[in-house]
Amino acid sequence: MAGKEKMEQLKNAQQEWTQKTDEAVKKRPERKETFVTGSNQEVQRLYTPVDLENMEYEEALGFPGEYPYTRGVQPTMYRGRFWTMRQYAGFATAEESNKRYKYLLDQGQTGLSVAFDLPTQIGYDSDHALSEGEVGKVGVAIDSLKDMEILFDGIPLDQVSTSMTINAPASVLLAMYIAVAEKQGVASDQLRGTIQNDILKEYIARGTYIFPVEPSMRLITNIFEYCSDEVPNWNTISISGYHIREAGSSAVQEVAFTLADGIAYVEAAIEAGLEVDKFAPRLSFFFNSHNDLLEEVAKFRAARRIWAKIMKEKFGAKNPKSMQLKFHTQTGGSTLTAQQPDNNIVRVAIQTLAAVLGGTQSLHTNSKDEAMALPTEDSVRIALRTQQIVAHESGVAETVDPLAGSYYVESLTNDIEEKAMEYIDRIVGMGGAPNAIEKGYIQKEIMDSAYEYQKQIESNDRIVVGVNKFQTEEQPPQGLLRVDPSVGELQKEKIAELKKERDNDQVVQKLAELKKAAETDQNLMPFILDAVKAYATLGEICGSLREVFGEYQQSVVL
Amino acid sequence: MDRPIRVLVAKPGLDGHDRGAKVIARALRDAGMEVIYTGLRLTPDQIVQAAVQEDVDVVALSILSGAHGHLLPKVVDKLKEEGIYDEVLVLGGGVIPEDDIPELKKAGVAEIFTPGTPTGVTIDFIKNNLKRSL
Repeated sequence: MAGKEKMEQLKNAQQEWTQKTDEAVKKRPERKETFVTGSNQEVQRLYTPVDLENMEYEEALGFPGEYPYTRGVQPTMYRGRFWTMRQYAGFATAEESNKRYKYLLDQGQTGLSVAFDLPTQIGYDSDHALSEGEVGKVGVAIDSLKDMEILFDGIPLDQVSTSMTINAPASVLLAMYIAVAEKQGVASDQLRGTIQNDILKEYIARGTYIFPVEPSMRLITNIFEYCSDEVPNWNTISISGYHIREAGSSAVQEVAFTLADGIAYVEAAIEAGLEVDKFAPRLSFFFNSHNDLLEEVAKFRAARRIWAKIMKEKFGAKNPKSMQLKFHTQTGGSTLTAQQPDNNIVRVAIQTLAAVLGGTQSLHTNSKDEAMALPTEDSVRIALRTQQIVAHESGVAETVDPLAGSYYVESLTNDIEEKAMEYIDRIVGMGGAPNAIEKGYIQKEIMDSAYEYQKQIESNDRIVVGVNKFQTEEQPPQGLLRVDPSVGELQKEKIAELKKERDNDQVVQKLAELKKAAETDQNLMPFILDAVKAYATLGEICGSLREVFGEYQQSVVL
Repeated sequence: MDRPIRVLVAKPGLDGHDRGAKVIARALRDAGMEVIYTGLRLTPDQIVQAAVQEDVDVVALSILSGAHGHLLPKVVDKLKEEGIYDEVLVLGGGVIPEDDIPELKKAGVAEIFTPGTPTGVTIDFIKNNLKRSL
């Protein structure tokens, strides 16, 4: 009972201190009446053991590499090896992007991350009417296996891990990757990497959907099933909060909506007859890292703890790997300012620290010029160097989960878990994430937070340096990256040439087989792989599936 | 003022970043305007058809994909074809480099609002630059 007595003593002492301090504050007020985190959670003046009175160390935190994984998914974390430094890149043609990848690998980057242009992400070839003006703009244009062969030319696929930001047509791009590897003599069980493959957040926030919910979920579970046998080291999905946060959500909402999506994928796979411990170890996550350092650290820790509990308690997972929330992080694009862009380097450094202190498995750091254009090679190098400085010079990677035990960080971790669980329970009560999306509930919650944030900036309740305070007169920045407008024409020519060279009868046959399979409940991956190898284009493959599945109609929510 | 200003907020092109479009739509609505938001992936044709049907005073286009140089002038051209360009104020917003702005203005976009612009600036601009009287 000594502990309990001491706690009572402490509470009394704290009460006295609070009274004394409140008196002093009356004479000399604090900067603000209420203090809030980056996403509007109220912050107390002080945190002490009183705030953690009911927390049991082993139950709430445990040891790194052990349930509930609050302190990290590996026992030694960055003492074993650093996180994977992975810069998202890709623009213009496969040739140009291949050059950028080789440059990044030369600079010490340890994994690739492919950005595709919008037509590729929406399943249109570069010669489609809707592709006009968009080809090669936000990523590389991939129309067929031919482009993919060029993209990875000279990059041995058994040596790198590759992350691909591709969702609706994820099965097609994965099939292309497998086919390129085969040509390099690399077996599919040697491949390491990730496809984003997270359609639910496309409906919520990112917008590159193609098919309606049901066939989209089927394509995803087809991939889970195919990869567990054929590509066992591949992360089959990256369940993404990143874009939810970019759309304006709070940190709590980011965790809640992402994990609610995760629950929906697990349920869909189980419903399709898959064994939870067979596919769940290959689920991965993707989070944002914003400026409120300690809130972000707490967010990552809370997400790990919640997911472990869900997998164990709700889905009865037995394999520890099924319970481990592994995640990629990208620093927050929406936190970058077009004003005084050099300041963005500092923001990215803080966000990098948050991701690392939060125990990320891989990280992309944004470049300072991304509020204006795609990054130049110079600014990408600074962004990568930021990670390397945190890794090698800051000291934060030398011990596991260094902020654990901070009264504030643990309180925040508990708060985020509690509030996220309230959302998750509500969404489950609505019939799960797909239904909540259909009703516009998730979109509206995000939009409310986004608008609130904007109003806080405009009323100067929230300061963004260089935007609503400390402004300077500036010259427009020079030397932004420009994508050559002739890329569209170039890709069109490549497609025309391909259609002359390939065996068109075979293409027609493979597409017909794919369509037929789509009408049954067979796994579509082998059919897509066959079509890809026959050099059917991405647009042809997605077009065939569009004919069977139809297209998703967005519910517009303001 | 005998009727509210009517604004069409639209997203041309394929990008799905609609936070800016939705924030500005809400801000214009809170400023007393009638706002129609179209949702994602509209062609210039569809945008102009919506502008005609909704009889708007303003078409506000949000684009973050880098295809602004292609798509914004197309909307202006189609408005001209429909014969309503003289009545409709065309605005653009999004990730658009400064260097591209003169060209877009020459093409007939009245103003471009880049990241960090307070919504009040856009609201005032609309009030002061309407092409037809209310």
